[in-house]
Amino acid sequence: MQKQLKPKNPYKTAMKKDIQELEKIASQVRRDIVRMVHGCQSGHPGGSLGCADFLVALYFGIMKHDPDFNMDGVGEDLFFLSNGHISPVFYSVLAHSGYFEKSEMATFRKLGSRLQGHPTTHEHLPGVRIASGSLGQGLSVAIGAALAKKLNNDKSMVFTLHGDGELQEGQVWEAAMFAPHNRVDNLIATIDVNGQQIDGPTSAVLSLGDLHAKWEAFGWDVMEMPGNNMEGIVDTIEEAKRRSGNGKPIAILMHTNMGHGVDFMMGSHKWHGVAPNDAQLELALAQLEETLGDY
Amino acid sequence: MRKYTYTEKKDTRSGFGAGLLEAAKRNDQVVALCADLIGSLKMNDFIKEFPERFFQIGIAEANMMGIAAGLTIGGKIPFTGTFANFSTGRVYDQIRQSIAYSGKNVKICASHAGLTLGEDGATHQILEDIGLMKMLPGMTVINPCDYNQTKAATIAIADYEGPVYLRFGRPVVPIFTPADQQFEIGKAWLINEGTDVSIFATGHLVWEAIIAGEKLAEQGISAEIINIHTIKPLDDAAVLASVAKTGCLVTAEEHNRLGGLGDSIAQLMAVNNPSPQEYVAVNDSFGESGTPEELMKKYGLDSDHIVSAAMRAIARKMPALKESF
Repeated sequence: MQKQLKPKNPYKTAMKKDIQELEKIASQVRRDIVRMVHGCQSGHPGGSLGCADFLVALYFGIMKHDPDFNMDGVGEDLFFLSNGHISPVFYSVLAHSGYFEKSEMATFRKLGSRLQGHPTTHEHLPGVRIASGSLGQGLSVAIGAALAKKLNNDKSMVFTLHGDGELQEGQVWEAAMFAPHNRVDNLIATIDVNGQQIDGPTSAVLSLGDLHAKWEAFGWDVMEMPGNNMEGIVDTIEEAKRRSGNGKPIAILMHTNMGHGVDFMMGSHKWHGVAPNDAQLELALAQLEETLGDY
Repeated sequence: MRKYTYTEKKDTRSGFGAGLLEAAKRNDQVVALCADLIGSLKMNDFIKEFPERFFQIGIAEANMMGIAAGLTIGGKIPFTGTFANFSTGRVYDQIRQSIAYSGKNVKICASHAGLTLGEDGATHQILEDIGLMKMLPGMTVINPCDYNQTKAATIAIADYEGPVYLRFGRPVVPIFTPADQQFEIGKAWLINEGTDVSIFATGHLVWEAIIAGEKLAEQGISAEIINIHTIKPLDDAAVLASVAKTGCLVTAEEHNRLGGLGDSIAQLMAVNNPSPQEYVAVNDSFGESGTPEELMKKYGLDSDHIVSAAMRAIARKMPALKESF
């Protein structure tokens, strides 16, 4: 049975003022994304733009975290980006959170940078706890971190983000089987369901089937979320947090538009891994208000 | 020449099991993971003592490597346990990205390495694991020789910060190293001094090298025998000093001749002191079913093959003597 996308915001709790603040940050993050990708003429703008609202909500509205970075993160909520190719959105959110200087975004994908094409701990960029890029590994890592929290009697949460195309990797389902069996209920895994991957729509490349039913069958508490609606995101994740600690890990199917915020990049796999030229950059920036100052 | 004897034989995997329990008693951050091979990895005593620090992963080795990497975030020291084949080749990219490149403090503990796994055959007899692991930047690769040394190595790697590949095996082999030894990562262990040929052996081949040394002595040949328990980082100084004295060498390992200990030493010698070297290793083939003894003989990994390799190496440094061998 295919469950339809739920009404816009079934879990309403967020304050309107806060939501407007988060939306302003998201606009700046989107500017950073297109400027970073334009600056090195490579990278992945589509998925980054689609997930900008989610990462902003996590880092500025939901997670308890300390930009004075400590790898172990005891007492902090942790986030793991499994689909590492959307590094631009991750880097922008980390920079605006204060993990490192905003000016460092100008070095993205350039020789000697800590902002590698895909996130890594190897260059000691504050805020990154695992390398990702080779897909399918992040959920396992997050489960390990969640188990460590339980052993440490640490009540904070572990959040993850995965691409929908990434679910074609078998390791994801090994991890999906493990977490419910072992009651890893301090874990909220979000899947960016944008329906696109490099070679085309997921439905054409390799159908994912009924994701809601699949995750539920594996034993997860499954929720649906509008991924480009800030109020909907905040309320859904707050509800997910309330549901945590009940023996089940939580999966959120987040419905986004790839390229959201830039009209000519929206809804197509063509902007998965392509950089805008100068004219396209201007067109994109004209659609995104500068709210916190460009790097 | 020191004479080595033994009163007991045990499997090196049991040394791992005993070492894991001891490491866990000394450090409460030590945790263990297993992919449905608890008995084979001798993890029962650890699980009995520390059930809350053990994670049964099921037959899902990729997930195990990722979970181990995650457990380090929060300060745990995870020891993963499965066969060498499933500890390396099956999960190479998981180790590469989530453990090695991410610099995670995971101890990859691999039993049933090499031909001596025996009757299960080539699907399970990995002979490429040392090569795979040593090529990963930052990875330490250890292959101890007997029960006591495996136990000591297991305890030592818990205190070392960084990813480690610890390789051991299934068959019972003589226990000839001291029970109270301090294991020093990266420090070669001199077994017997000699002047005619250096024999560098690792893992199960160390005992065969000792026997080979005795056979060579009967023929008036003085072999220097060195146990290379740590393949990476290699004890360059010990290798170079020995060959400077003997002028030729033999490397002995239960591994493909491509990419193993022999190649690490050959590279060192090529750059510093090119010298006649002979390999005792599997000649770029898969294994097969059989008893460990049968397999080691058929694939050229016993003391007799070390003896003939030593003769060849000596002959190459003294061309005039070639005829007599």
